[in-house]
Amino acid sequence: MPKVLSAHLAATYAFLYLPIAVLIALSFNKAGLPTVWTGFSLEWYGKLAANPKILASGWNSLVVAVVSTVIATTIGTLLAVGVERSRHSAARDALLFAPMIIPDIVLAIALLSFFTLLKFSLGLSSIILAHVVFNIAFVCAVVRARLKSFDWSLVEASRDLGAGAFVTFWRITLPLILPAVIAAALLAFTLSIDEFIIAYFTAGAGQSSTTLPMQIYAMIRFGVTPEINAMATIVMLLSFVLVLSAQRLNRGRIPGS
Amino acid sequence: MTFKTIPAAVFAAALSFTAMLTAAQAETLVISNWDGYMPKDMAEKFKAATGIDLEIAVHATNEEIMGKVTASGGEGFDVLFVSSPFAEALNNLGLAAPIDHSKIPNMANLYPEAMQLKHDPGNTFSVPYTWGTTGLCYRSDLIKTAPSSWNDLLKPAEDIKGKVTMLSTDRWLMAAGFLANGMSVNTTEQASLDKVRDQLVETKRALLSYDDTTFYSKLVSGEASLVQAWDGWCNYGIAEKPEIKYVIPKEGSDLWVDSIVVMKASKNPDAVHKFIDFVLNAENGKWVVENIMYKSPNKAGMEAVDKAMLEKYPNMAIAPADLLKYEQLRDLGEGMKAFSKTVSEIMAAK
Amino acid sequence: MAPGLLWLTALMIVPCLLIFVLAFYERGIYGGIDWNAPTLGNFRRAADYLYVSIFLDSARIAAITTAIALLIGYPAAFAISRAPARWQTSLLFLAILPFWTNYLIRTYAWIVLLNPVGLINSALIGIGATIAPLPLLYNEFAVILGLVYSYTPFVVLAIYSSLQRLDPSYAEASRDLGASALTTFLRITLPLTAAGVAAGAVFVFVLSIGNFVTPDLLGGGKLQMIGNLIYDQFLTARDWPFGATLSGLLIALMMLALAFQAMAARHAGGGHA
Repeated sequence: MPKVLSAHLAATYAFLYLPIAVLIALSFNKAGLPTVWTGFSLEWYGKLAANPKILASGWNSLVVAVVSTVIATTIGTLLAVGVERSRHSAARDALLFAPMIIPDIVLAIALLSFFTLLKFSLGLSSIILAHVVFNIAFVCAVVRARLKSFDWSLVEASRDLGAGAFVTFWRITLPLILPAVIAAALLAFTLSIDEFIIAYFTAGAGQSSTTLPMQIYAMIRFGVTPEINAMATIVMLLSFVLVLSAQRLNRGRIPGS
Repeated sequence: MTFKTIPAAVFAAALSFTAMLTAAQAETLVISNWDGYMPKDMAEKFKAATGIDLEIAVHATNEEIMGKVTASGGEGFDVLFVSSPFAEALNNLGLAAPIDHSKIPNMANLYPEAMQLKHDPGNTFSVPYTWGTTGLCYRSDLIKTAPSSWNDLLKPAEDIKGKVTMLSTDRWLMAAGFLANGMSVNTTEQASLDKVRDQLVETKRALLSYDDTTFYSKLVSGEASLVQAWDGWCNYGIAEKPEIKYVIPKEGSDLWVDSIVVMKASKNPDAVHKFIDFVLNAENGKWVVENIMYKSPNKAGMEAVDKAMLEKYPNMAIAPADLLKYEQLRDLGEGMKAFSKTVSEIMAAK
Repeated sequence: MAPGLLWLTALMIVPCLLIFVLAFYERGIYGGIDWNAPTLGNFRRAADYLYVSIFLDSARIAAITTAIALLIGYPAAFAISRAPARWQTSLLFLAILPFWTNYLIRTYAWIVLLNPVGLINSALIGIGATIAPLPLLYNEFAVILGLVYSYTPFVVLAIYSSLQRLDPSYAEASRDLGASALTTFLRITLPLTAAGVAAGAVFVFVLSIGNFVTPDLLGGGKLQMIGNLIYDQFLTARDWPFGATLSGLLIALMMLALAFQAMAARHAGGGHA
C-alpha cells in the first residue's frame, strides 16, 4: 500500500477516534457537567454499576440492534439479489429508496398510529419491526452496490450443473458477496443501536422497552451524567477486545477474498 | 428447508423471540416523566404504601410525549408529567381526565396560590408539581454590569457579545422578546410577532448559541457569561460556581408550571388518584426541592427544606404570591400557525 | 425478494399513507386535525420563500457534507481494501466502532474540543498559532464537521464493499500498458466502484438533509435545516398536516433527483439489467 494511502487511513482513524478519546476522558470527570473538566474520579463507574436503568436499557438496545440487523441483513440481501437479477423497475427502486429519505419523525408517528390502529402491543418487538424498515433499505443499497459488478455466469454455471437455488446462493453467491453483506450488517447495527426518535415512538411504556438512546435523551433535562460516558467506555473496550480476538482466531481466513 | 422458506423462518423466529421478550405484564400504573424528576425509589415506596405497581417510562421533552400520546390516541399511559401549556392542550384535545379532589387528601399540602393557576383554576385536570420563573443567569465575575432587563440579553453590551445564549424552546425564546416590549407572553398578533422577530434576528447575531440543555454548563466553563435560563437550572450552575447569579428582569418573567395530568384512557382511576396523593406528600415535595432545586407548590414540602438551601439559592425563596404576578404560557390555539412561522423565520435568519 | 417488499409495504407504505393524507387537511385549533375541510392550503404555505430557502440551504449543506465525506471515505476504503486480507474486516469494524457509543455524548465531546475555551483552541493558542480563539463551534462549519464525522464511516462501508471485489490485475494491466496512476484510477478503478460511490453519496446526503440534532447542538440552533423544520412542525407546532406536506415534498424532490441521477447513469453507459 502506498505510504500516502496508509497515512490517509491513519488520519481518518485519528479523526474518528478524537472525540472518543475526549468521551473516555470525561468518564473520569468528577462533577456531572457534560462539557467541563472538573477533576479525576472513578465514581461514575460505581454509579453506573448501581444504575439498573442504564444497564437494562443498554441491554434492550443491544437486543433491538442485533435482532433487527439479523432480520434486515437476511431480507435485505435476498432483496438485493432478487432486484439485481430482475428487470429494472423505477417504482421498486423508489420503494427501496424511500425508507432512507422519509424523515424519522414521520415514520415514527406513522408507525405508532398504525400499531395503535391494529391494537398491536408495543414493546421491543415493535421497535424491531420499525428498525428493520429502514435497515432493509440500507442493507439492500450496500449489497446492490456490490452486485452491480457481479459475474452472474458463475450462478448460471452452478444452476446448469444441477445445484438448487438455495445451494447456489449458499455456496456461490453468498461467499462472493460476503464482505459486502458484513459491511451492510455493520451499517444496520450502527444505525439501530443509536436510533432515538423511531424507537421512542414505537416503544411500549415502561422500562422493559426503553432503549439506551431513549434513556440518555430523557436525562437531558437534569443533566446527562458521565455514567453514560463510563458505559460508552466499557462498550468501546469490550468491542475492541472482541474485534482483536476475532482477528486472532480468524488469521488468514477472510471469506470471499 | 428450501430457499424460499428461509426469510419466512427468520421472520417467524424473530417475531416469536421478540414476543417472548415482551411478554404481557401484570396490570400496573404507567407513568411517563423526565428521568430523575421523581425519587429513584418512588416505585418501591408507592408499592409498599398501596400495593400498586408503577411502571415508569421516561420522556426527553414535552413535545415528544405529546406527539406520542396524540399518535396513539391517548392510549398507553395513566399519568403524564408535562409543562402547563401541554397539560392545557391535552385537556383541549379531550385526552385528560378530570381530577377528583375528594380522593386526594394531600391536595391540602399545596399553597392556596397553587389552586389559582390560570391554565387550570381549581386544578380540575392538572396538579402542579413544580413551578418557577424564567430569567437571566450570569457570571458576576465575567460581566461588567449586572443585568437587570431583558434588553441586557437582547442587546448585549460589547463585553459580552458572542457570550450570550437564549433558550431554544420556541415559547420561551419568544417570551424574552415579548417581555422586553411589555407584551403578553401569549401574543399571536402579527404586527407584534413581526416586531419581536426583527428584534430577535438582530439578537441572533450577538448570540453564542440557542441552548436549552447545557447553558448552565457553558456558564461554568466560561464559554458564556449571560444566559436566558429557568431558575432551577441556573441553580445547577450556582452549585458548581458561586459566582453565578440569577435575576428576574425588571419587566418580569413568565410563571412556568410542570404539572401532573391523568389520561382519560386510564383504566385505574382509583390507583391514579392514590398516586397523585402519594406524590403530594410532604416528603416527596421536599425531595423535589432538595434534589431538583426547583421550587415546589407543595407548602408542606417547601417548609421542610433546610433554610440554608434557600440562602444559597435565593430564587428558591420567591413567595408563591409573587410567582402568581407573572403570566403563564398558555396553549396558543389558532394563533400557533403564525407563531411557529415567526419562530422558523428567526431560526432560518442568517 | 417478496419478504422485503412485503415488509416495506406493510410497515412503511401503509402507515405513511395514513400520515401523508393529512397534507390535504388543516391543523385543528388545539393541534389535532380538522377533518371537515379538505384543502390545498398547506402546499401554498410550503411555497413560501422561507421554506424554499430552508430547503435550498439544507441541500447545500448536505451536498458539501457529501463531497467532503467522499473525499475522506473513498481513499480510506481504498486503503482498507489494499490492506492484508485478514485485516480488512477488523479495519472496517474499527472504522464503525466509535458510532456504537451514544450520539449525544459524542457530540458533547466535539463541543469540548471545539468551543472557544476548548481543547483545540487552547492548543492553538498554546503553540501561538492564533491569538484569539477561532470560531469553531455554533456555526455552519461545526454542523458540517459533525455531519461529516457521523457519516464518513457509512461511505467507507459502501465504497469498500464495491472495491473489495475489484481485481487488482485490472489496475496492474493498465499500469503495464503505460497508463499513469491517475489515469488508471480515473479510467479503471473509479468507474468500477461507481455503484459504491453512488450508494455512499446517497447515504450521506439523505442522512444529512434529514438530521435535526446536529444543527441544534453543534450549530447552536442557529441553523435551520429541513430536518429541524419537519421535526418542529410535527412536535413543537403540533401541525401534522403541514409537517406531512413538507415531508411529502421533500420525499418527492429527492425521488426526482434520484430518478434523474439513475437516468443519467444509464445514459452514460453504466446501465445494468
